[in-house]
Amino acid sequence: MNRRRFVVGRVFASAVLLVAAASLAPQRAGAQQAQPVRSPAPLVAAASDLQFALDEIVARFERDTGIAPRVTYGSSGNFTRQIEQGAPFELFLSADEAYVDRLAERRLTRDRGTLYAVGRIVLFASHGSPLRPDAEMKHLAARLASGEAGRLAIANPEHAPYGRAAEQALRSLGLWNAVQPKLLLGESVAQAAQFASSGNADGGIFAYSLALAPALRDRGAFVLLPDSLHAPLRQRMVLLQGASPAAERLYDYLRSPAGRAILRQYGFVLPED
Amino acid sequence: MDWTALGLSLRLGLVTVVLLLPLSFLLARWLAFGRFRGRGLVEALVALPLILPPTVVGFYLLVAFGRGSPVGAAFESLFGQPLVFSFEGLVLASLLVNLPFAVQPMQNALAAIPPNVRDAARCCGLSPLQAVRRVELPLALPGIATAAVLTFAHTLGEFGVVLMVGGSIPGETRTISIAIYDRVQAFDEPAAGSMALVLLVTAVIALGITNTLARRAAGRTGP
Repeated sequence: MNRRRFVVGRVFASAVLLVAAASLAPQRAGAQQAQPVRSPAPLVAAASDLQFALDEIVARFERDTGIAPRVTYGSSGNFTRQIEQGAPFELFLSADEAYVDRLAERRLTRDRGTLYAVGRIVLFASHGSPLRPDAEMKHLAARLASGEAGRLAIANPEHAPYGRAAEQALRSLGLWNAVQPKLLLGESVAQAAQFASSGNADGGIFAYSLALAPALRDRGAFVLLPDSLHAPLRQRMVLLQGASPAAERLYDYLRSPAGRAILRQYGFVLPED
Repeated sequence: MDWTALGLSLRLGLVTVVLLLPLSFLLARWLAFGRFRGRGLVEALVALPLILPPTVVGFYLLVAFGRGSPVGAAFESLFGQPLVFSFEGLVLASLLVNLPFAVQPMQNALAAIPPNVRDAARCCGLSPLQAVRRVELPLALPGIATAAVLTFAHTLGEFGVVLMVGGSIPGETRTISIAIYDRVQAFDEPAAGSMALVLLVTAVIALGITNTLARRAAGRTGP
């Protein structure tokens, strides 16, 4: 019986410990929500073609201002759905301005935002892939015709603007029907780039800004596709309702010469103001 | 290594265990000792998250607790923030998907208590509450511990539901499983690898503990 009591005591003690730990937890969660007031950490949703360019901009912004934005990368379509459902983002950098227009019409944004960049796409083949990238995708067409072609990674056109641009380019060249059974669809353009460069696919069509990033540049060969092959990827950013002053500063920084220089370095075409 | 994500996952696991275990104990006791119509239905409902695809659970959570739903709207007007894409939303989702992991081990442990032991407790004049505290809790202890370990470990690993209702917000809803996914997409394999290792080791430890507990429980009630 003593042993039983001991065991019960131990259970009780550990239960008390757990409850104590849990009662701390909500306070810490609360402290985090209150954080934007003390040391601001604006929440940013960014199209994943910006993954490397924005990381660099944010690092420099943090050094200059002491503000450490919290950035989530994903596909613009998914972010739009999440923002409509109440996700607490403050600044949204979309890869397609139609999503910003849609949010603006639903009065979820401050205004109609700013065009910050125009994106381009590349055809990429990883080292060791038999595919040779060329601007007219002639080699890809030949491999499709001969039945040798392997997988081609693109972002999911349903909700990723770069996936739509890839689809348009393949359609412009009359390859869409032939390539369909070979397509590998990434959740976002970054995942498409990851599939394409991992050596598990012949190659892929994704953002120029990702192909230029150090992590990818050395993994394969790529060619910039003519922008006549697809509708322009007009990328618009917008402050959402409830954006903090810290988010406004990042928004301004992105439009400043320093921010624009980094975007240009990652292959974006910049709109003139 | 994303320490914020690891901390968030540990906190989510702990909060889930603390909130879920007492509720599940009551449910498990009801299922183990209660004789009522529709018990099979309740057991099936409890087990549902085991076989339902996480995307289905996530979809229904979005529908039930999203901005357009009565529950979501009420939460938002009370607390000034939406329930989905918040830590509180993850806790709620986590409670639901972990129900079978918490209830089933405790239900089995309670059902394994010989009826004559419970009868003896009653004959000795123990009140129902005393019987729970001095007979049922100690005898069901391995089951309770297994429930806690499984719930905790499963919460660390949950991906699909968190992806659907979380939104990968750093420090709020970006759990370690989501952080691994994000790091892979960012070509950051070293970080993804070290975080995956943390989850692998956690899973091995959790299984080791539950197996030991199960053996100990079998040794005690066996012949």
